Formats: sequence, C-alpha cells, structure tokens
Amino acid sequence: MTEIFAPTDAEQVAKIVSQAASSGTTLDLRGGGSKVAYGRPMKTDAILDVSALSGISLYEPEELVITMGAATPMSEIQAALAEADQHLAFEPPDYDHVLGRTGGGATIGGVIACNLSGPRRITGGAARDHVLGIAAISGRGDAFKSGGRVVKNVTGYDLSKLMAGSMGTLGVMTEVTLKTLPRPKETRTVVILGVDAETGLKALEQTAGSQAEATGLAFLPKLQSARSAVSVVSAADSVTAMRLEGAGTSVADRAAALAAQHIDADVQILEHEDSLSLWAEIRDAKLMPPSGALWRLSLPPASAAQVTARIGATCDVECLFDWAGGLIWVAVEDDDPCDGPVRDALDGFSGHATLVRASEDLRRTIPVFHPQPGPLADLSARIKEAFDPQGVLNPGRMVDGQ
Amino acid sequence: MEMPEPNQDVIRRSGELAKALAAVLPPGAVLDREDQRRAYESDGLTAYAQMPMMVALPETTDQVSKVLAICGSFGAKVVPRGAGTSLSGGALPLADGVLLGMARFNRILDVDYANRCVVAQPGVTNLGISDAVADRGFYYAPDPSSQIACTIGGNVAENAGGVHCLKYGLTTNNIQGLEMVLMDGQVMRLGGRHLDQSGYDLLGVMAGSEGLLAVITEITVRILPKPQTAQAMLLGFDTVQAAGDCVAAIIAGGIIPGGMELMDGPAIRAAEAFAKAGYPTDTQALLIVEVDGTAQEVEVLAERVSAIATDHGASTIRASTSDQERATFWAGRKAAFPAVGRISPDYYCMDGTIPRGRLAQVLGEIAVMSERYGLGVANVFHAGDGNLHPLILYDANNPGELDRAEQFGADILRLCVSVGGVLTGEHGVGVEKRDLMDEVFTEDDLAQQQRLKCAFDPDGSLNPGKVFPTLHKCAELGRVHVHGGKTRFPDLPRL
Repeated sequence: MTEIFAPTDAEQVAKIVSQAASSGTTLDLRGGGSKVAYGRPMKTDAILDVSALSGISLYEPEELVITMGAATPMSEIQAALAEADQHLAFEPPDYDHVLGRTGGGATIGGVIACNLSGPRRITGGAARDHVLGIAAISGRGDAFKSGGRVVKNVTGYDLSKLMAGSMGTLGVMTEVTLKTLPRPKETRTVVILGVDAETGLKALEQTAGSQAEATGLAFLPKLQSARSAVSVVSAADSVTAMRLEGAGTSVADRAAALAAQHIDADVQILEHEDSLSLWAEIRDAKLMPPSGALWRLSLPPASAAQVTARIGATCDVECLFDWAGGLIWVAVEDDDPCDGPVRDALDGFSGHATLVRASEDLRRTIPVFHPQPGPLADLSARIKEAFDPQGVLNPGRMVDGQ
Repeated sequence: MEMPEPNQDVIRRSGELAKALAAVLPPGAVLDREDQRRAYESDGLTAYAQMPMMVALPETTDQVSKVLAICGSFGAKVVPRGAGTSLSGGALPLADGVLLGMARFNRILDVDYANRCVVAQPGVTNLGISDAVADRGFYYAPDPSSQIACTIGGNVAENAGGVHCLKYGLTTNNIQGLEMVLMDGQVMRLGGRHLDQSGYDLLGVMAGSEGLLAVITEITVRILPKPQTAQAMLLGFDTVQAAGDCVAAIIAGGIIPGGMELMDGPAIRAAEAFAKAGYPTDTQALLIVEVDGTAQEVEVLAERVSAIATDHGASTIRASTSDQERATFWAGRKAAFPAVGRISPDYYCMDGTIPRGRLAQVLGEIAVMSERYGLGVANVFHAGDGNLHPLILYDANNPGELDRAEQFGADILRLCVSVGGVLTGEHGVGVEKRDLMDEVFTEDDLAQQQRLKCAFDPDGSLNPGKVFPTLHKCAELGRVHVHGGKTRFPDLPRL
C-alpha cells in the first residue's frame, strides 16, 4: 500500500520533502484529489496529502487581495468572494466533467498548479496573471516565497508565475495570494444562431477587435449547442456567443447595440441568468462529450478554422471554440486518440495541444503536454533540477523521466 | 556600490575579444575607443557611472548568439541595454564587461490584427508599438512614463508598468511570446501568437528578470482595441487620508478605473506651476481618476465615482468634457518628474509598493523622515495599484546630500516592506536596491532565485552585480545536503 503523509503545516511539509529528497522517496502531491487523472500517470513511493493546508487567512476586498492555504477548496473561496461581490476574474473552470468524475473538491493550489482559466481569459488574463505571491517548499525541502500581496512588484524573479502551470513538479505550494476583482453586476450574451463555423469565427474575430469589450467569445457547433440547458441555445443549429459584462443598466444597452450590428442574421440576446448558465457550460467544457479522449488546443485565434479542418480531414471529431478561436476543445473516440493529426494540425502555427482526458495507457504512451523543441526542453529540465534535484516532486507528471 | 571584482585576465585580452566580436558583426559595431564608450557609462540612474570594456551593437539574432558564445569563451561578462532609461541601474556597465546595445533591433516585424498581436524587435520603443497600430484603433496597454524613449525589450526585462496597470496589467500580462538567446548562444522561442504557453511559464520568469537570464531578441505583444471613450476626473481633498479612503471606496464600490493617480500637496503645486493643468493648488491631495470603456459604461461609472467623491468630502470635483481637457488633466501628472526637477537641483525617484490602505500612514512617516534628513519630498502615487513614487529633493553640489538622499530612500523602502509592501513596483532592483533584497527575502528565497539563474546562465556571466546582494557559484548552490539518520520520516503525521 502506498504510504500517505498528511502534514498539517508548511514546516511539516518541509520536513517530509527534505527527508524524501535524502532518501529518494518520490511523492505524489495531492490537494483535493480532483485532478489525479490530469497529466501523465505516475508511480510514486508515497502520497503527500496537503489537504490540511486549508483556510483563508486574509481577505481584504477593498485591497483586492486574498491569501489562503494552498489546499483551500474553490467552493470556500468563491463563497467568501461572492459575499463581497467579488470574484477571481480568470473564471477558474471546474474540471470534473472534463476528467469524467463527480465529487468536486478542487482546491486553489490545483487550479494554480494547472494554470486553468475560463472564457474571460481573453480580456481578464489567465490564472497565472492573478497570482500575487506564493509560499512553497522546494524539492530540496527548503521553504521559499515569491511575490507578495501587491499587484505591482518586480522585487526578484517572479517564481509565482513559474509555479503556476508547473503541475507540482517544482515545489509544494503551501500558501497562495491572489488578486480579487469586483464581480460584474450584469451580464448579457448576444447569440447569432445557425451560421457555419467560418462565419461564426469571423464574427468573433471582428468583435474581439472592436470596442464592444466582449468578455467571452465562443462558437458552438450543433453537437455542442444541443447539449446546453439553455433552450435558445439547444434549439439552434449553431451558436456564436458574445458575452458583455458591466456595471449595470449599460450592459443591456450595449447588448442591443452589438445585436444591431448583426441585424441580417438570426440574432437574440440571452438575459442575465441564461447568460450565466451558458458560460458556465462553456467554461467547464460541459458541452463536450462526457467520455472518450479530449484535447485542449491553444493556438492563434485566426487559425482555428484551418486547424480544425486539418484535424477533421483524418479524424472524426467534435469541437468547441472558446477565446474567439484561441482555445479549441477537441473530442475523439478513445480507441483512436488521433494524436498525430491533432498535433500535426498545429504545424506552421504557434500553439500547443494537451491531451486532457484519456485512459491511463494512452496518457502513458502519448505525451500529454506538447513536446518542446530540444533547447527549450533542456532548459526546462535544468529548471526542474534547480528546484527538485532529486526528482521527488510529482516525477513524470509533465514530461517522462523528469 | 560594490560591483564584482573585474577579471584582469579578461581586460588584458580585450583587444583579442574586440577582434573576435568584430569578425561576426557588421563594420563599426564594436566600439572600443574611450569617446565611444563614454556614451554608455550610465543609464537613467545617473548617480552611478562605469565605462564598459567595450560596446557591441548586433543587428540580428544570429549575431547576438555569436557574440554571447564568444564572450562566454573569453569568460567575459555581458550587460544588455535597451535605451538605457533604467532608473535602478539595470544597464550599468562593468569594467570587464561587454555592453550589448540592442538599439539596432528597431523594427516592427509584423502587425497581426486578426490575432491582435504585434511582433517587434526589442529596440522598438514602447510608444512605437502603439503608434504602429493607432490608425486601426489599437494600442499597447502598458505605458511607463518614459514610453517615448524606453524600449519594449527593456520593458520586458523590468516588467514595466505605467498608469493603467490596475485594469490592464503590467508588461508580464501583455506579452505572448519571446525569442531569446542564452549565454551559451542557444536560441529559443517561448509562446507565440497564442495565449498560454506550454510547459513552464518562462515568459513569466523572463518578465522582470533584469537582463540576468537571457538576451531577448524578439517580442510578441498583445494589442487591444482603444476604449471607445474615456473620461478623467480631478478630485481634490483636504487630507491624504480622505483621498485614500475615496480610493478604497471606489474599488469597494466595484469600479476598476483605467487609471487612478494621487499627488500630494508639494507634487500638486510643482506640477501646476510647470504644466498649468488647472489643479487646485490649495488642496493637500489630488486624485485623477479615469474611467474608460463604451460610452454607456463610462457614463454610469463617472456618475458613481463623482457620488463617492462627494461622500468623502472632496473639495473639488471636475470631470473632463472633451479629450483635450482629459489630456490637460493628465499633463500635470505626466510632467510631475520634470516639474519637481524644476523646484530642486536634483531629485531621487523611489519606487516602492504598499497596500493601498496604508497610504496615509506611510506618507505621514515619510514626512517625519523628511524632517529628520532635512530633505524635501514630493509624492506621486499610482493609487490603483499601490505603487508609490516619493521624489526626494536634494542638491548634489552640497557635500553629503546625495548620501543622505540615498539613506532616506532606503528608509522609505524599508518602511514599504514593513507595512506589507515591496522594494520596487516597476523600476527594478538593479544595483540601486540590490543590497536591500534581504529586507524582503530570506537566504533560502534568494538561493532559490539564484538556482533559477544557474539553469539559464551557469557561469553567471549575464549582468552580474545586479539584483542579488551576494553572488554564489552555481556549483555551491546546487549542492544537496543529505540529512543524516536512517529512520525515514520519524514523527511525521501520516494516514
């Protein structure tokens, strides 16, 4: 049976990691355990369960700052922010549907370690953009901190950003400080119904480059819109969705103005509640199938149509376009994960494809994260070594043998 | 300021090195005459000067790669430089170092409206990017006050900010891709025209790395559509406390202004005398609040800000009624530094960040210090994001005044740290704040940062003497201390 360590404070984490480094004991880092199935499968000697490092220690809404233990549940954070009419502007997604599970339990440490951001990424930034500071234990067992509680800070290297997206391979985050922002009071979504992907994506591109200040831009083909609980959306042959958010009464006026620009199309406006529901579905990829392999592509938005056409030429896929085309979810049948065509489709464009959901076997044989060119891969390996010389923290979670 | 001991061996071989560099660079791109080198002896922190051993001016990535590899083989140090506007001595040369001038990388390589980004060489000025996309209604958001002169490469190195950071972010939040060259000559690309790079967030590490990790040769920045409209408001208060409370109330009211600047009495009067911006000179604190967005949104927000200011006892409330008037409101703030330069022979610009709510306390304590040091001070403050710029007034011709100004400055930064802030918000550590780093960081914190540097530059050749108070050899930092004891994990909780 795998041994489980359950430290109750950062000092104990440091002791455990320090001894793990001395004895070469590899550790599988766990917060809420909701993302065990994300990344490459690992075989470790022990589990480091940090779920006790939980709780909000500081929240000052007027300073736009919150500090908490790394394993504080997202639900607890979101409830506290909602009370002050604030939120995390990067719109953290819940990956339960993506990873084919139920039960919740996601923690802020996991969200940051995976750098997960929702539809508002296009204007509000990614998870990493909202991390003001972290405290962590390196793979050597040394406590270190980076950043602070203020937005503007160039005091030393920004190790907080390095921790974001590093999947627990560089350090065990023990505390996280994030920027909070006022929650928009009102939201509306302008939807164009029934146009083809090319037309829909063009409309998104045009809106992204306009002064409309849309905070969500997605295209849902018929298979995706059909899964929505919002009736206007599920009844449509496709949905081109453009979200507006703001201070109050002005949002409805802005929505009417944006809709008027598409007067020749079948255009409607989703009111506040429907708008919230739809973007939660898009954020959590709930409009994608619940099983089978699932890819997440980050790419230049204007190349979205071309890239999906390339993939579609050889594979039978379902796609959902977020970030005005800059993010595409691609679902395939599990018996053929279509990894070659998916990754090759990005040739000539910048971008990368992550195999977010697949069987353990597939995730072991197919690189989950996009392979990097030699010199960059070498640099990443040296960085891993600089933080975790004995390779005890989540070994192999991102890259085989690292 | 103590800099790393010059390597006499390298200095002795400088002729040979110049020849090797000249062989891979265009004619005239290696400057080794004294009169040529003189122009590079200081950056924006003019209190420090050091002649570089020589200056190299490459034009292509391939040349940068060759220059770095050659310098590496000679054991020569390299100091990268953009426009030399650093206020922290980030581009201060070394006596045994090659100053790598990136000014010839001055072209915009691609404007990509469909993907809303611009690919630029590092020597392009910050404003040059916004200018290049202005006719299509776009701009590049971070706008440091030196934006006419400072380069985008330097902006990345220092993670430059500006007055719009709270809403639009710093440089690190507005770059998508980089091409960079390591000290060993290896060229690599990070990110690109997509959001969210894969693998470790090296873009995030490069932003604010102060030229210590790699030389940047190309940058992809995000551009934004200009807001449809913007309105600025001048809000005057009788006390700094009232102005600070107003700032907190605006944010607590759910409003994130495009810009929110605060000036204290001395700064208001200096700026008004210089720029004639129409500032109320009888107030003790002036807020400039700018709201931007769609016309409908701005109307709602401006009304709310005005109501909040009234609640907080503002003695002056004026809203701009045209873009021209808005520009006038900003003119005084943007000219605050030269304006202060007019009332004092010299001034020393500090750059701490504090939690916004501590502003009144911090300004109060700065006033006490000002008495103690016998030096005047004017304060301008990026109130939205807590970034404070006290301008210490002194006269370098009076013996000892520069020293006093520096001590005063160090005390201000210690104060910032003690209230939960940091040493530098946007100017960088450089040489200026290097020896204060242990006020913020433990030895372990600094060691981990230096290990990161070792992954990029194991010989410590790139811009040494900056940022870190103590230099450690990478081999020493890499050593693993094996803890004794045969029992694994005694006394630790387990399930």
